[in-house]
Amino acid sequence: MTTPIRLQACGFTHADGTCALQPTDLSVEAGETLALLGPSGCGKTTLLRLVAGLARPDPGGCVLFDGRDVTDLPVERRNVGMVFQSYALFPNLDVAGNVGYGLKIRRVPPGERAARVARMLAMMRIQELAHRRVDQLSGGQKQRVALARALAVEPAVLLLDEPLTALDAKLREQLRVELAGLLRSLRITAIFVTHDQGEALALGDRVAVMRAGRIEQVGSPHEIYHRPRTRFVASFVGILNLLEGEVADGLFRLPGGSLPASGVAPGPAVLACRPEQLRLDPSGTLAGRIAAAFFLGDRTRLVVEGAAAQPIVVETVAAAPRPGEVVRLAAEPGCPWPLPPA
Amino acid sequence: MRPHFDPGFLAGLVFASLVAFFLVGPVILSVLAGVTANYQRGILESGITLAWLGRVFELYAPTIALSLGIALATLVATLLLGVPVAYALAKAPGRLARLAEEALVMPVAIPGIATGLALILAWGAVGEFRTHWTFILVGHVLFTLPFMVRSTLAVILAAKLPALEEAARSLGAGFLARFVTIVLPNASPGILAGSLMVVTLSLGEFNMTLLLHTPFTMTLPVGLADSYASMRLEIGSAYTLVFLVLLIPLLVALQWAADRATGAPRRP
Repeated sequence: MTTPIRLQACGFTHADGTCALQPTDLSVEAGETLALLGPSGCGKTTLLRLVAGLARPDPGGCVLFDGRDVTDLPVERRNVGMVFQSYALFPNLDVAGNVGYGLKIRRVPPGERAARVARMLAMMRIQELAHRRVDQLSGGQKQRVALARALAVEPAVLLLDEPLTALDAKLREQLRVELAGLLRSLRITAIFVTHDQGEALALGDRVAVMRAGRIEQVGSPHEIYHRPRTRFVASFVGILNLLEGEVADGLFRLPGGSLPASGVAPGPAVLACRPEQLRLDPSGTLAGRIAAAFFLGDRTRLVVEGAAAQPIVVETVAAAPRPGEVVRLAAEPGCPWPLPPA
Repeated sequence: MRPHFDPGFLAGLVFASLVAFFLVGPVILSVLAGVTANYQRGILESGITLAWLGRVFELYAPTIALSLGIALATLVATLLLGVPVAYALAKAPGRLARLAEEALVMPVAIPGIATGLALILAWGAVGEFRTHWTFILVGHVLFTLPFMVRSTLAVILAAKLPALEEAARSLGAGFLARFVTIVLPNASPGILAGSLMVVTLSLGEFNMTLLLHTPFTMTLPVGLADSYASMRLEIGSAYTLVFLVLLIPLLVALQWAADRATGAPRRP
């Protein structure tokens, strides 16, 4: 059930001539979960549809499943499992009918079909919904039915288009954990599309960040977050502080003091740091005033003014200072870092 | 405590009753005339009879049978033509498809008599066709097809069929399989509403059929006109009764199907 996927020079141009996806190379290893992350209109859903076979790449593009060229195979013959953003459950069938649909199409005998449907419903913990109409399901239940339906046919690859977007925040969190567990235990090659960076970092073995029809960077969630290769990736994933100052004598001089800046060429510079790479420290070398404090439960997000030209975002788990207080900041080693090219 | 009295409600009730009587009154009079032994002497004096109904069946049984036959044939034709057309229109993007949709409404906008004339001009000289019942069938299909297409198309669009079909495709369903298992069942409320509409319209169509018919291919409404023109008033009125008995259940079913198709809340 583990099939590696490769895309070679896959581009997609709409009939009206607008280019949705530049020619793109991408490989997903067997059993790996790849997250396609990007703002709306970046081409991530187009890329997913090319892998599914719901769209054909422009001439020259090539889709390989397990080394086999499937570019000419339509979706119905690619053996993919797909979960759609709107779930697209069949309203004329009940839950069991939906889950068993692919098996019926494949002419699996009724007895075996029923057994497999029951197994899928048990796996998704929705046995009691088997004979429910799909318009009587909650959002979370629909999501589980859609997943069960996609997995029932034992697809070579699982493709998910914004699988959690339609759910409310609490349920999204819960299903994200479940989905992560499911993908790990099934060891199925999966690609999922999301515009939610938290989802991409939490679920993806690797993340591909896309912008304007191109993949900007592919890497592990850790790489994407800590070593963004472009300015867009740096700013799209997580919160990023941009500091404008001047480097001299190994120090990065800012309006409110300085931070260490080893290995950065002297002169005016824009350096970056994540909120958690800065900490409140009475012996810190950078001073600023608390402009606002947001209590987030497990931590407090502080906005510090006066330290740099732009307000800096810092997070602390300790008792937070009040707005108006003057604080001193220190940086983790390796921070601030030079921004990648735009 | 005094019972709550709303003068506005009472005024509304009186007004609604007057309008209802204005609309239904003549029909009731006609139906009563159909079971009156002698209309000149009145129903009270001459009494009630079913004899006129018997005469209607004696005189017009072939007409009634032909009308039902044409309505059914029209239904079959519009199903075979209209459902695929609605499906194709729903799938086709762009201006051309919208234009085709508009073109389909044309026969409805043109007076039936004009359509009938056009048909006679086009086909009138073609062999025995002019005198065959299928000539009327062609006219009825032309007139009712837009209703089938519209009704089916509306439900297909509302049901988000393209997304459902993509899901079916991803599960391995080829065109025929998904057309039968997904498209038809999910379009069925629209197809049903369209079917009832087609049968009702075909049974009641008068304008065009008056022009298209021959003495051997007379339909219900044409027969009705014929009976009023050439028979006793009581026979024409009894004919009206037959007509209503056939049409009213269809109209009620039509309303029910339309509610179902549009997902309107069920009335308690």
